[in-house]
Amino acid sequence: MASDSDKHGKHIIEIRGLKYRRGEKLIFDGLDIDILRGKVTAIMGPSGTGKTTLLSIMTGQVLPDKGKVLVDGKSVPTLSSDELFELRKEMGFLFQNGALFTDYSVYENVVFPLREHTDLPESLIRHIALMKLQAVGLRGAADLMPAELSGGMARRVALARAIAFDPKIIFYDEPFTGLDPISMGVIVRLIRELNDNLGLTSIIVSHDVEEVSSVSDHSYLISEGKVVAYGTPQELEQNKSAWVRQFMKGLADGPVPFHYPAPDLATQLLGERAK
Amino acid sequence: MRVLREAYYILLGFLEMMGACGLFLFRLLRYTPHALRRPGLIFQQVFNIGAMSLVLIMVSGLFVGMVLGLQGFNTLNKFGSTNILGTLVALGLLRELGPVITALLYAGRAGTALTSEIGLMRATEQLAGMEMMAVDPVRRIVVPRFLGGVISMPLLVGIFNAVGLLGGYYLGVIHMHVDRGSFWSEIHARVDFQEDFVSGIIKSFVFGVAATLIAVFEGYYAQPTAEGVSRATTRTVVNSAVAVLALDFLLTALMF
Repeated sequence: MASDSDKHGKHIIEIRGLKYRRGEKLIFDGLDIDILRGKVTAIMGPSGTGKTTLLSIMTGQVLPDKGKVLVDGKSVPTLSSDELFELRKEMGFLFQNGALFTDYSVYENVVFPLREHTDLPESLIRHIALMKLQAVGLRGAADLMPAELSGGMARRVALARAIAFDPKIIFYDEPFTGLDPISMGVIVRLIRELNDNLGLTSIIVSHDVEEVSSVSDHSYLISEGKVVAYGTPQELEQNKSAWVRQFMKGLADGPVPFHYPAPDLATQLLGERAK
Repeated sequence: MRVLREAYYILLGFLEMMGACGLFLFRLLRYTPHALRRPGLIFQQVFNIGAMSLVLIMVSGLFVGMVLGLQGFNTLNKFGSTNILGTLVALGLLRELGPVITALLYAGRAGTALTSEIGLMRATEQLAGMEMMAVDPVRRIVVPRFLGGVISMPLLVGIFNAVGLLGGYYLGVIHMHVDRGSFWSEIHARVDFQEDFVSGIIKSFVFGVAATLIAVFEGYYAQPTAEGVSRATTRTVVNSAVAVLALDFLLTALMF
């Protein structure tokens, strides 16, 4: 076993030779990924490349077909459900839609993990919750219900809940999708601040090149089940590969064709008329 | 041949669902001791499921009791034995109508609420979010609701029977002038505690387990889409109704 993935090693997550198939489609074909401890690492790629699936595999929600997935020195796919739950206490996960409990107020959402896992006195729980809400700038919204929040606020509340239990690693699933520019700026700032102030390791899955480049230390570009490129945002910016350039610049056509694979148009139209 | 094959697949699907339901029940029972350590969560569900169904159960009970009183009076009147009207109403309610009708109403009122609540929590990733916070949604969400339902059902049946009896009393004694003393004394004399009362409670308990299990099972395994949740809710009502009626026959055959 690699020494890198030890308790205090350089890499907090180590993935080797990951293979995963969903139905007929091969999602990952021998993926290798290392996540540096204490850094913000982004995983980018076009929609449908399985970025979210990769997060699910890292957090043990989905089992890979093959390959090694080490998180903080533990092999995630082979953990029992109790061990997995122990490991998850050290993970925070920000769902794309926040996944807030709609029947609980903002405050009750944030204290939920604390009440479930600890016997702390109510006054202390209250202090922790208010501090976490303060960190995301929503202490004043503690008594609102999730339905009363805007999309950006809901995501910040979910973020406060994700850090309520002081995790070591925090996963962001598409944190920038569907936000207005101001909320986007707030989330970018929070990801950076929380990472540095709380000593977290942050992993962002996203396809928003600009925002990711402004916040991440390193990025992986994945496509068709493999890592296409890895580096700092500057290195990716200057990458010569045609595919990387198409993705980073958002060009409609290139190595990734505009058209989904299909039979020849003329043949298909004529063929349909013949029926 | 094709009909046979279709029937075979339907049977197979039915057995598969029964098996999955049974496994789910074992899982719920395994977590029950754990859930009992947090009675607050269960009582909250007794309130949500039971107390919120009270008005429906009481109104329905009143009408069923009155219908029993009316039908019973008209029939017994032909034989000049309206003095045993109380017994007829009481036995009808305790042995059959109380548990069965309450269970059917429960499936429509509380079962559908449970299914859609849990199904929507799944569809909006609230259950996944809980898992990511190292909280098992079966323990935290499903088991308290299941136990709340199982506790609520016999209580609801008791209330249904009591109100139904009053309905029968109103119709028979106040409206049709059956002798009040014989109405009550006949009930007292002829309703057996073991045979009638306890068997009714056993029935209501079994129905409670079946209807609540179906509701939480359908909700937990609902397709996480709007259509999936709506289908699951429909299945809850249909399957609960069939299960309750089939179990009723089975229990009646066994106990009486």
